[in-house]
Amino acid sequence: MPAPIRLRELIRTIRTARTQAEEREMIQKECAAIRSSFREEDNTYRCRNVAKLLYMHMLGYPAHFGQLECLKLIASQKFTDKRIGYLGAMLLLDERQDVHLLMTNCIKNDLNHSTQYVQGLALCTLGCMGSSEMCRDLAGEVEKLLKTSNSYLRKKAALCAVHVIRKVPELMEMFLPATKNLLSEKNHGVLHTSVVLLTEMCERSPDMLAHFRKLVPQLVRILKNLIMSGYSPEHDVSGISDPFLQVRILRLLRILGKGDDDSSEAMNDILAQVATNTETSKNVGNAILYETVLTIMDIKSESGLRVLAINILGRFLLNNDKNIRYVALTSLLKTVQTDHNAVQRHRSTIVDCLKDLDVSIKRRAMELSFALVNGNNIRGMMKELLYFLDSCDPEFKADCASGVFLAAEKYAPSKRWHIDTIMRVLTTAGSYVRDDSVPNLIQLITNSVEMHAYTVQRLYKALLDDISQQPLVQVASWCIGEYGDLLLSGQCEEEEPIQVTEDEVLDVLEGLLVSNLSTPVTRGYSLTAIMKLSTRFSSVNRIKKVVSIYGSSIDVELQQRAVEYNALFKKYDHMRPALLERMPIMEKTASNGPTEIVQTNGETEPSVVEPKHPPPVNQPASQGNDLLDLLGGNDVPVIQTTMPTKPASAGGELLDLLGDLSLGGPAPAPAPPAPASQPPFLLDGLSSQPLFNDIAAAGIPPMTAYNKNGLKIDFTFERANPNPNVAVITIHASNSTEADMTDFVFQAAVPKTFQLQLLSPSSNVVPALNQGTVTQVIRVLNQQKQQLRMRIKLTYTHKGSAVQDLAEVNNFPPQSWQ
Amino acid sequence: MQFMLLFSRQGKLRLQKWYVPLSDKEKKKITRELVQTVLARKPKMCSFLEWRDLKIVYKRYASLYFCCAIEDQDNELITLEIIHRYVELLDKYFGSVCELDIIFNFEKAYFILDEFLLGGEAQETSKKNVLKAIEQADLLQEDTKEAETPRSVLEEIGLT
Repeated sequence: MPAPIRLRELIRTIRTARTQAEEREMIQKECAAIRSSFREEDNTYRCRNVAKLLYMHMLGYPAHFGQLECLKLIASQKFTDKRIGYLGAMLLLDERQDVHLLMTNCIKNDLNHSTQYVQGLALCTLGCMGSSEMCRDLAGEVEKLLKTSNSYLRKKAALCAVHVIRKVPELMEMFLPATKNLLSEKNHGVLHTSVVLLTEMCERSPDMLAHFRKLVPQLVRILKNLIMSGYSPEHDVSGISDPFLQVRILRLLRILGKGDDDSSEAMNDILAQVATNTETSKNVGNAILYETVLTIMDIKSESGLRVLAINILGRFLLNNDKNIRYVALTSLLKTVQTDHNAVQRHRSTIVDCLKDLDVSIKRRAMELSFALVNGNNIRGMMKELLYFLDSCDPEFKADCASGVFLAAEKYAPSKRWHIDTIMRVLTTAGSYVRDDSVPNLIQLITNSVEMHAYTVQRLYKALLDDISQQPLVQVASWCIGEYGDLLLSGQCEEEEPIQVTEDEVLDVLEGLLVSNLSTPVTRGYSLTAIMKLSTRFSSVNRIKKVVSIYGSSIDVELQQRAVEYNALFKKYDHMRPALLERMPIMEKTASNGPTEIVQTNGETEPSVVEPKHPPPVNQPASQGNDLLDLLGGNDVPVIQTTMPTKPASAGGELLDLLGDLSLGGPAPAPAPPAPASQPPFLLDGLSSQPLFNDIAAAGIPPMTAYNKNGLKIDFTFERANPNPNVAVITIHASNSTEADMTDFVFQAAVPKTFQLQLLSPSSNVVPALNQGTVTQVIRVLNQQKQQLRMRIKLTYTHKGSAVQDLAEVNNFPPQSWQ
Repeated sequence: MQFMLLFSRQGKLRLQKWYVPLSDKEKKKITRELVQTVLARKPKMCSFLEWRDLKIVYKRYASLYFCCAIEDQDNELITLEIIHRYVELLDKYFGSVCELDIIFNFEKAYFILDEFLLGGEAQETSKKNVLKAIEQADLLQEDTKEAETPRSVLEEIGLT
């Protein structure tokens, strides 16, 4: 049998292959040869064969049949064999295979070998891929070696111990005695690995941390020696003595000094010394400075030191090396909350980084810029950020737009500025804004009463320019619908009023309806806007015509709306003005974080919008359990309610039953075809209950769910368009007695196979003598198409006494759940 | 450090050292994705990027990319120095190292790495000591080889 070819020979041969197929063929041939060689239990060439196998493994070919061979090599007495064997074990074996445990005994023997290089191999392998079982078995050996005087072995044992502790944290105690003299070593290798071991122990156990705090003076001394000592050729890197060790010591000091006054004070001087004396011309010096800054910021350092640290970061920002700039921005981002003022001083440099070429740096700079925006610098910062928004890559636009909106909401100096800023975002990055920015903006506009004319004019002009950006178009249509009369009357104070005719405005809106660029949602907006103008404009006939055309539109949503509007013209014309009148000021939502009162710093502003407290809808657990008990059996009902700060009306909001219940968080998926419910702004908060019963449901008849003691609750239905399994039920509560029902709370429970979501009610007072109704929307997800059943609970105060009642609702029409 | 990869400009893997337990399949997937990501970077970009929940530090030396995955609390700048130290060690050992040296002597590249790093951390900060240890181990390998029964010349050159 000819000797198997040598490793280099094989490599050379494989590299001559011109195609992947050729390579595969060569490899298969060689693998076959190796396999038969393994079968023959050939000791002489096993090493060579395994080495070749490792090469082929690196190319991506399977090599598992070599695993046992590696073990045999490890067990061999020859150093060459062991070297390749251990390498093979580290490359081919992992703790998932039971085979690896066979190594344990070999490693144990080798840890006690007479040759330190063999011991080294064993330590290295154990420290690299030792499983928990192996670590448990061999921890004792490692601990022994940690105490040896042989520094070659001691340093390896220290890192091996780190691995053991990571795998089996309970064994940490075992290594404690051996750590006693570790720091008195002169050997840098041992020092470095010891510091790593101490760091690992302190990070894992507060007791260890407390125990090792006493080492702070010693660590400070070692660090000082490193800095002060002259040139040491062995450990020198660009004029700095053992930067690796310096960095690790600084990191350990950080952990020891955190939260501890005494330790922090003990390291104060050395930190200042390192910070001021380290050479900054090369990366290595900056690496040390970076670690120093991190330490200063984390411990209880005095303010002078902190300012020094931030200034170092500021200097980093001006460094030519982009890596340094990146690292500086990352660190500043971490410290901006705690040392806000100090970071503010570097604001202009940070803003300059927005123009950097590197994507990661730009992102960091953007995040940091948003963190630095406050009431004083809002105008300047916003200018820079808007400029950034114009020119940045698409991957940034969504986040930047959100950030701009948030900052504008918090710090807008005036309502006009706010609206201008939002307009700018919509016109330049309109396709990237999040879906909920449309309702937010609409709400903002509604609440800025004196700006209505200005706003609608600007939006109208923007529409004339460009109708491709859907969020802009949607907001504009809504505004024109609401404030079209102001557009005509030319009342704008803020800028030169434009002259338009009714026909021109209607042309624009109709243009949106027919344009290919408009999404179905946008079309919905424009149809509604046209309808609203029927009470504000005089060209009612034209509007009637448009509306009737869309009564036969293919788009179901548009068709539904058109049909309803048609009905408004025909049967309910007397209701039309009331229904289509101006929207009231809406409650402030809590969509993007904590609810805040809009700040208007100085400038021409009247009072500020106060967030109203919506009626409490929260269901405390105990009440829920009552309903749970009563429905009994195997069906455990699920009650879900929204958080009280959710708005009652939110056109375009996409409340997904299966997804998040709260609005906070990143943008949901791109807009599905149509919003769930009926024309969003017409119905909510209105009292005309009987009107929409026949129109509302796409064919599902309404029903009376409850009628007792003067309280009547009707359900009206419709299907949510995107999801046919979701039934949207609107409850209408009316009160025929002579006294109001106050503190009215409606609760519902459904069997487990359903999911239910209750939106906020329109109010919690049901007025007496049927003067008005309380409406509330329930959404039920009925994926299994089972018969809908519901148990409801009503509580209210009537004539001074509290009333509570439970009822079952079983008379759902079949169409509501089929 | 969680792992270190060396790969060429064409994306061919030259060395892979893993310090975390992962299946072969996962390793292949990570390697493939990371190589793609790093190769797509433009020269003017910085040496750090965020990838999954790790920080990636990479540097190109001639035709080889050296790529390390470190954890959140690790220092990126010193990792660059670690990479540089490894390259210096290879350079000293092979004498002006190039990619071919690493291809044909990959096992030696691993041995050197294993004398410099252990479990993802540096075990020796003195260049001299690492090289000395490798030298001694190589000698030991030679000694044990000589101790075997001497083979014929023909066997040596692989002709029988």
